[in-house]
Amino acid sequence: MKNALSEQGFSRRGFLRAGAAFAAVAALPTKVWAAMARPEAVFKAEGMEGTFAAMGGEPADSADIVLESPDIAENGAVVPVGVISNIPNTTRIMVMVEKNPNPLSAVFMIPEGTKPEVQTRVKVAQTGMIYGVVEADGKFYKIAKETKVTLGGCGG
Amino acid sequence: MAGKIRVRAQLKDGVTEVKALMRHPMETGQRKNANGEAIPAHFITDVKVTHNGKVVMSAYWGAAVSQNPFLGLSFEGGAAGDEVVVEWVDNKGETDSGTTKIR
Repeated sequence: MKNALSEQGFSRRGFLRAGAAFAAVAALPTKVWAAMARPEAVFKAEGMEGTFAAMGGEPADSADIVLESPDIAENGAVVPVGVISNIPNTTRIMVMVEKNPNPLSAVFMIPEGTKPEVQTRVKVAQTGMIYGVVEADGKFYKIAKETKVTLGGCGG
Repeated sequence: MAGKIRVRAQLKDGVTEVKALMRHPMETGQRKNANGEAIPAHFITDVKVTHNGKVVMSAYWGAAVSQNPFLGLSFEGGAAGDEVVVEWVDNKGETDSGTTKIR
């Protein structure tokens, strides 16, 4: 139970390469089943390019990912996003928001027996692309769709 | 275990659908209060969902997940009466959980 998260942590080379900073963070004592394998460098990356670089490269475009996100969001503070992967052996699903200070919003680990789909709600600072990123067999894939934001989600 | 997470788990055609609503400010650390002082970041970093003790999903979150976060997922199997537990840990080390039985 204690290491349930770290057991299926981020072992991909790209993520490891991404961070001495991440290693330092991981070395801090953390509570309960927290953060051993949290991809801190990717969470802290800025811009889509920086985020993909921290992952070890830009994911390939894929038509086998379904991204459920609104065309127009009146309130950027609460934007429903769903990602469904039709790629076999999906092990991780990520949600990224292009125009946020740090695009990576969430990483979901999908063990065997769990459907490769997830729904959540994220903040979207301003009109821009939302990305659904999937890892399957150690490779990353992506799909992107624009959401227009009427009222930003990260202001005061 | 404050147990403030609202969890529902419903079995349909061999698949259990889980919906969880958590209570958390999910403060980004980039907002300022009325006096212009930065409001410190306070957000859930780790989420875990278990079915009868087996992990069916875990997640790492950043501050961009919305306030009072929602999580939806589905897993194969499960039987009416089985226990589903959702837990989180935030960047201050606080925790919460929610438990339900599959219906």
